Amino acid sequence: MTYMFDPEPIPAGAIVNVSRRFLLKGAVATGTLVLGASLLPGRAMAEWATGAGAMPGGTVNDPHVYIAIDPSGLVTILTNRSEMGTGVRTSLPMVVADEMEADWSRVQVKQAPGDETKYGNQDTDGSRSVRHFVQPMRQCGAAMRTMLEQAAAKRWGVDPSEVKADNHVVVHLTSGYKAGFGELAAAAAALLTPPVSTLKLKDPSQFRYIGTGTISIVDLHDITTGHAPYGIDAKIPGMKFAVVARPPVVGGKLVSFDATEALKVPGVEKVVEVKGWPWPSKFMPVGGVAVVARNTGSAIKGREKLQIVWDNGANATYDSGAFRKAMEETASQPGLVVRNDGDADAALKSAAKVVTAQYYIPHLSHATMEPPSATVNVADGKCVAYAATQSPGGCRDDLAKILGLSVDDVTVNVPLLGGGFGRKSKWDYVLEAALVSKTVNAPIKLTWTREDDIQHDFYHTVSVERIDAGVDASGKVVAWRHRSVAPSIASTFKAGVDHEAPFELGMGLVDNPFDIPNLRCENGACTAHTRIGWFRSVSNIPHGFAVQSMVAELAAALGRDPKDMLLTLIGPDRIVDPRKSPGVKGFWNYGDPFDTYPIDTARLRRVAERAAQAAGWGKTLPKGQGLGIAAHRSFLTYVATVAHVAVDDHGNLSVPNVYTTMDCGFHINPERIRSQIEGAAVMGLALAKNSEITFKNGRVEQQNFDGFMVARIDEAPLHVHVDIVPADWSVPASGVGEPGLPPFAPALCNAIFAATGKRIRSLPIGQQLST
Amino acid sequence: MVTLKVNGQNFTYDGDPEVPLLWVLRDELGLTGTKFGCGAGLCGACTVHLDGTAVRSCSVEVSDAADKTIVTIEGLDPHGDHLVQRVWREANVPQCGYCHAGQIMQAAALLAANPKPAPDDVMQTMSGNICRCGCYQRIAEAIALASTGA
Repeated sequence: MTYMFDPEPIPAGAIVNVSRRFLLKGAVATGTLVLGASLLPGRAMAEWATGAGAMPGGTVNDPHVYIAIDPSGLVTILTNRSEMGTGVRTSLPMVVADEMEADWSRVQVKQAPGDETKYGNQDTDGSRSVRHFVQPMRQCGAAMRTMLEQAAAKRWGVDPSEVKADNHVVVHLTSGYKAGFGELAAAAAALLTPPVSTLKLKDPSQFRYIGTGTISIVDLHDITTGHAPYGIDAKIPGMKFAVVARPPVVGGKLVSFDATEALKVPGVEKVVEVKGWPWPSKFMPVGGVAVVARNTGSAIKGREKLQIVWDNGANATYDSGAFRKAMEETASQPGLVVRNDGDADAALKSAAKVVTAQYYIPHLSHATMEPPSATVNVADGKCVAYAATQSPGGCRDDLAKILGLSVDDVTVNVPLLGGGFGRKSKWDYVLEAALVSKTVNAPIKLTWTREDDIQHDFYHTVSVERIDAGVDASGKVVAWRHRSVAPSIASTFKAGVDHEAPFELGMGLVDNPFDIPNLRCENGACTAHTRIGWFRSVSNIPHGFAVQSMVAELAAALGRDPKDMLLTLIGPDRIVDPRKSPGVKGFWNYGDPFDTYPIDTARLRRVAERAAQAAGWGKTLPKGQGLGIAAHRSFLTYVATVAHVAVDDHGNLSVPNVYTTMDCGFHINPERIRSQIEGAAVMGLALAKNSEITFKNGRVEQQNFDGFMVARIDEAPLHVHVDIVPADWSVPASGVGEPGLPPFAPALCNAIFAATGKRIRSLPIGQQLST
Repeated sequence: MVTLKVNGQNFTYDGDPEVPLLWVLRDELGLTGTKFGCGAGLCGACTVHLDGTAVRSCSVEVSDAADKTIVTIEGLDPHGDHLVQRVWREANVPQCGYCHAGQIMQAAALLAANPKPAPDDVMQTMSGNICRCGCYQRIAEAIALASTGA
């Protein structure tokens, strides 16, 4: 894989004509216009402020985009986001193309390697790509268009105001002169870049691609022919193939191994130790024994013959059943107060009625269809990696560190990711491949088998959520006490963590939008015994499941309609600001300014109303069928889902229809938003119905897709009706990839209750409906 | 030595004859369109056609594929325009796309055996192919498109 671009860093906040620099390097053809932009949105033009400049972990989010147009008219857009199925590799370049009036059929997209000095923060996570980059992408496209128009005006000796770019051509309005973008590229390349403050964005009514949903993803054809390059498909001449035997318990380590029998397996060439780091150590490898062979199949067979003695360490007692009991005990006691409006304890004491429910959501594995894999060559003081990673920058830094190289000598290429869901934000597998390559002195393709993936993941946390709600004599909910108990992701970074971090508490707990005067959130102490990591929508899964289930439980207890109960609890239209609530420390608003993205109950109410209307809420359904609703704000986006379920006499569950309304503000590609919501329904069904990771003696009990169950087509919702709330440029763009997931499980379980009267409080549902 | 007939070409493989066909296709022949998903015949990502039948290449020893006609996603159609590939694009089926080689090979075998499968047949046959992104709604749409002659 070669890159057309080898750009220099661009000063912050600027758009720069780098054509000459690129030409001198031989990177582009003569007559090519290349713009580079440091894409913190130019302040003069920013419609809304974002958190792009202050990313978590101190990373500066300063994305650089490079756009080139050569004399043939071919436009090349460099993208710095990892593609894992959201469509971002298509959507953001689409913004540039639309704004510059390029013909999409003459645009190609190139993937940037990991280099945060040149490309800014490249972490593709947190559902933040569009919301952080749509403004700067528009600016960059506008600069390109403006320069092409100026070049045409100069050529014709007319005022630039008299010419207009229109679908890859610049036209002189009065004379009808026309010039293609390609023929203008060289002249445009000789111009100075217009100051960002002078750029004029297109009128949204003139959008050709944005908001239309008519563009297919750029990789579609290659995907259907088997030619799309995924991380696991990378090829380096002379590469060997490796798998690793890892300590079965997190925190365990290798004592000794005997490779005699493994080395007798045909095709096995070497067996070497892989260095491990003590737990917790972020994303560093856990260590183990690597088997290197002529193909992966031989390596797997060799690994089966290894004789290994492990020291399982302190987590060898981890038992998820016992852990659940301990968490439930914790949830029965007061915890650390993390939000405290009014006096919930007193209000509960004096309430006419108290409704209490406790919910359990187990560990989950990401189970991306492409398991972790990396192809790495460490040779001659350099490291070249091909890695399906959501974080090529962090990965590159750690490769340099463990190999003792300068980051300049480390290249991380980013092929397509066969699914991400947060798993590929952790780059342990890339480091493993580098360590093995260095040890055996050959390029290595290292693959995690499915068993490796399911047994050594950074798991979604496990959670007990207890809610006590108090109702007064008039039927008004006056008290709400939500206790959350879950090991924190922070435990993967450092020892001694025993509470959820602010970014977890902000995901559906302390940002509770309900109109309840006495609202208290507590977080019980809990210590992790395995690696906990981000899983699509993160803590919103357990928090949202508990809160939205409890709404329907209250409705049932009070004889109210669940949708009306939800709307009553959402209350009047207003901004809810948790920063003003006592007890809330370091409120996490997904890293973005609250003023740009407040908690707006009018928007939450609206998605609930729209989804209910689409579903025909209130209609009569046959026996054994029911509707359930849930509404949840996450990643600054408002989503409501109504699930329509049917449960037969044997307890078999089906989901004939799902109605989801998403309000994600200004949006680019409704076609891909729909696909994300359809997919969220399937993943939501999986985690509600089937999926669970359990531990016994510190080891994961599931091995493959026969133990860790995900959803299959014959049980999946196949009629997901998606409604996207229209929004113009004045409504800041917000997340799409993750927020579809949290409302699904509670909507489903609320629908099951409506259909059967059976309340599901413990996920997965498993056999609960047949007993 | 095993001779493999893949996509109309002959290849020889001199390694362990018990290794799954999948790894020979991917690692020895460089045909990486066929994907690894589970290694146990549970997910369908590695589906190829063996003498016209859809099989999980992770669960077929390479020696058992010797001298048979093997078709992978790369060889399904010389121009990538097999009916299933076309409807897959028309319905914008893939998200990450990783499992789709297997999905397409499975659907192609299904439609070759029965050009107008009943919905239950589609569900039963395709239930062996996992898509974690959750493209099932569009997989069903695409197969319906194909079976109506789109």
